[in-house]
Amino acid sequence: MSAAKTVTRTKTIPSGPAVAAMISAGLGCLAIGVFTTGAVLSEELKNALNIYNPAGPLSGKTTFAVVIWLISWLLLGYLWKDKELNLRRSFIITMIMVAVGLLLTFPPFFEAFEA
Amino acid sequence: MVLTAREIWTALHGMVFGAGYLLAFTAGLVGLYSLRESWVTGVGIMERVVRLKWEVAAMAVLSFLTVFSGTYIVYPWYRAAPPEGADLLEYPRSFLLANPNLAGWHTFGMEWKEHIAWFSPILTIAVLYLIFKYGPSLAQEKNKNLRWMIVVLFILSFAAAGVAGLFGALITKAAPIL
Repeated sequence: MSAAKTVTRTKTIPSGPAVAAMISAGLGCLAIGVFTTGAVLSEELKNALNIYNPAGPLSGKTTFAVVIWLISWLLLGYLWKDKELNLRRSFIITMIMVAVGLLLTFPPFFEAFEA
Repeated sequence: MVLTAREIWTALHGMVFGAGYLLAFTAGLVGLYSLRESWVTGVGIMERVVRLKWEVAAMAVLSFLTVFSGTYIVYPWYRAAPPEGADLLEYPRSFLLANPNLAGWHTFGMEWKEHIAWFSPILTIAVLYLIFKYGPSLAQEKNKNLRWMIVVLFILSFAAAGVAGLFGALITKAAPIL
């Protein structure tokens, strides 16, 4: 079998796994933003995020965001592994989550909430 | 010429892991952009997908090494609180904040860099997974939209790393970790 035929004969993979990977990545980026602005709004959250004192709250913001990203990926990947989902809509949702995450990590934005 | 342990770690973080990631980006982007069955032969597609997997896997590893070494090795030296009467030059964060002309490097530059940098490994690993999962089928016309979505995620991961890298270099110039 030629390589060209190998490409054309590649079995169709449902879009579910791609949607799960994109949505969970968006959630991870959004979580970083939520924790960043949240730590400015709440002293309790800021202290709770300080899980490794030398690095301060940054350690918790990034660790918990990575945990949210990976758990959501496992969960969505399992739920959608055989599903055919709307790729375009999922991509737009992902982009919105990344954009909001970016905004929430942008210093002029979160510093506006500083007391 | 002597480099301290801190300078070696800072160089590894920025000049080896981070710069390696940024330098590898163009090869990955070209590989993804040109992955089309109308442009490349079947043999070419198979070869290109294998190359893409290696390139993006290396970028994912470099990206994680960059943020981990940055957050858990270099950043604690940067943010350490100086004891009474200490030379602030050895405490970059305090040194920057003590000088109104330099404070913005911390309040804007470092505050943005330390958070946005983490977008990069998350997005790069999503790209890596999609390349492994969909492989040669990404070259097919019916998967054109997915290929473009991967390209956008890949560019965003590079942009996040680029912002972090740029501010890292500029902050190190203003207040090096000695």
